[in-house]
Amino acid sequence: MAFLEIRNATKSYGSVEVLHDIDIAIEEGEFLVLVGPSGCGKSTLLNMIAGLEEITSGEIRIKDIVMNNVHPSKRNIAMVFQSYALYPNMTVAQNITFGLEMHGIPKPKREKALHEVAALLQIEGLLDRKPGQLSGGQRQRVAMGRALVRNPDVFLFDEPLSNLDAKLRVDMRTEIKKLHQNLGTTIVYVTHDQIEALTLSTRIAVMNNGHVQQLGTSQEIYDRPANLFVATFMGSPAMNLIPVTLAADGGKLLARTAADSPTVSLALPDLMRPALEKFIDQSVILGVRPEALTDVDGADQRAPHLERFSSLVLLSEPAGSDTYVTTRIGGVECTARMRADARVTAQASTDFVINMDRVVFFDPATEVRIA
Amino acid sequence: MAAATQDMVVRTGAVTRTLIYVVLLLFALFYLLPLVVMLVNSVKPLAEITGGNMIAFPDVWTLEPWRKAWSEAQVGVQATGLKPYFWNSIKMVVPAVTISTILGALNGYVLTKWRFRGDTVLFGLMLFACFIPFQIVLIPMARVLGIFGLAGTTWGLVVVHVVYGIGFTTLYYRNYYAAFPSELVRAAQIDGASFFQIFWRILLPSSGPITVVSIIWQFTNIWNDFLFGASFADFSSQPMTVALNNLVQSSTGVKEYNVHFAGAILAALPTLLVYIVAGRYFVRGLMAGSVKG
Ligand SMILES: Nc1ncnc2c1ncn2[C@@H]1O[C@H](COP(=O)(O)OP(=O)(O)O)[C@@H](O)[C@H]1O
Ligand SMILES: [Mg+2]
Repeated sequence: MAFLEIRNATKSYGSVEVLHDIDIAIEEGEFLVLVGPSGCGKSTLLNMIAGLEEITSGEIRIKDIVMNNVHPSKRNIAMVFQSYALYPNMTVAQNITFGLEMHGIPKPKREKALHEVAALLQIEGLLDRKPGQLSGGQRQRVAMGRALVRNPDVFLFDEPLSNLDAKLRVDMRTEIKKLHQNLGTTIVYVTHDQIEALTLSTRIAVMNNGHVQQLGTSQEIYDRPANLFVATFMGSPAMNLIPVTLAADGGKLLARTAADSPTVSLALPDLMRPALEKFIDQSVILGVRPEALTDVDGADQRAPHLERFSSLVLLSEPAGSDTYVTTRIGGVECTARMRADARVTAQASTDFVINMDRVVFFDPATEVRIA
Repeated sequence: MAAATQDMVVRTGAVTRTLIYVVLLLFALFYLLPLVVMLVNSVKPLAEITGGNMIAFPDVWTLEPWRKAWSEAQVGVQATGLKPYFWNSIKMVVPAVTISTILGALNGYVLTKWRFRGDTVLFGLMLFACFIPFQIVLIPMARVLGIFGLAGTTWGLVVVHVVYGIGFTTLYYRNYYAAFPSELVRAAQIDGASFFQIFWRILLPSSGPITVVSIIWQFTNIWNDFLFGASFADFSSQPMTVALNNLVQSSTGVKEYNVHFAGAILAALPTLLVYIVAGRYFVRGLMAGSVKG
């Protein structure tokens, strides 16, 4: 029995099904992030948990109670909206306590809760202001205060940071993470920003076209993406996807690029062999993160399976802490992440190293990860 | 904002500018002339008017015509002046404006925030009601009022005006609330507010501008209405407009033009007052939806 359980939930608008068979279960205190491109159904799913959208089929349970026909105000959830949705005619204090008032909580208790939350979020000085007199970051805090004051079972966030400027977004992200750590609340958080997803979550559900593509921890999603969509959507710069052919060479398994001259040939760790056995002599897609494709000195020297080859540098982009180097492997442009002081020159050949323990393989036909 | 508008003003020479102002002034005078003539003649003894002195200021200033128009002139059977009819109008306008505005606001709220199957069709039909000419509904309406026993009563007129006005007020509030963020309604739902609490606590406090528009529009239309008043009212419920007509058209005795002028101004006074008090919010309210959205 999970704390929040979504079982085979679907959503249709008329004859169009926008969410298909969603199955997610999270435990108390988890921070679940729903991430995916715009229009994939994240908000719809969140609104279904909140009770703002009907569930077409399947069920949603909180604390093992079916919520399908329970009114939003009776689900003991709280929501922070993208636009903050602060009531413009009420002061900050009234905004925060409105929900308590509607739930018939007596005034002294409301005041006490208000001041606790205001202290927690450091908005005591703003309580008498109207939302129109607040900055974006302050509104964001008030919106969170309104959610916190209810002391709900589950917090729902719908892209809460997307209206803030870049600097503030990073600050608030840290603050939300701290809040979660300190209060141990259960959170479902919607975003289209994969960095937010990776930094905040205890678990991520990557969504596309109304399907959950993968449900897992940041690490799992990043290192072992379930399919090509997850591989390209999560991580920036994106994972390099190189078409290769698998070949057995004695006891070794080799991945060979076709389009290069001379051909790049990479020996695979033995551990991968069982999974890839039936793809020998077939084309597959090799996926490697930019940080696993680097210069010789920058490579993790303790890694047991480093493969070295040389390739032409097309472009070198210093980015402060790192230098991103573009080269062509197997006919596709790849990004390598090197140290800031790596010596590379454009249009010259240089040596690259791939950490083969961090490489994954996809079946080009099904786009699913095979190793 | 102010700086930007300053910059965007087309620069004109002094001559052009003077010319523009002269023309504008002439237009203004032309439009104000009838009002001036009315005012001047309403404080003039009748003898001066019948003596051919229509445009000039009075030799003798008098408020007698106003007093007469208000409380003495022969309007109906009795010489009551316009006073009782003025109250008839008030008793009709206040409930009619209030009810049609409240219903319009509720309709707008439901049509934008509690959407249901066929809501656009329903709104289309209500919109259509705005374009039905008065004359078409006269006979069916008379029939309906008769059936409900409301013929010839003030409440009958209230019903007629509410039914007729609801299309307009719904249109106003629907368009206004369409620009009102739905997330606020959803937040209030999660907070546990009921249908009417959301309306009362969240939407209505932000509806000032459009409410002014609705009230002004409804007030002037209902106050100024003659056709429905003449068709559906009897002596006990006739509104000001009908009484004014009776006053001016009465065939007995001499035509007291000064009293007529005073009566006409009395009839127009409430709408003027509403415009002066709330007029600046009127434009603001009409603009509000479009600017925000
Ligand atoms: N009221 C609605 N009627 C019809 N389709 C809708 C409605 N709301 C959302 N959709 C569709 O459902 C899909 C998911 O929308 P949404 O959950 O808002 O996406 P996201 O939040 O991931 O950007 C979109 O394709 C959208 O067009
Ligand atoms: Mg969304």
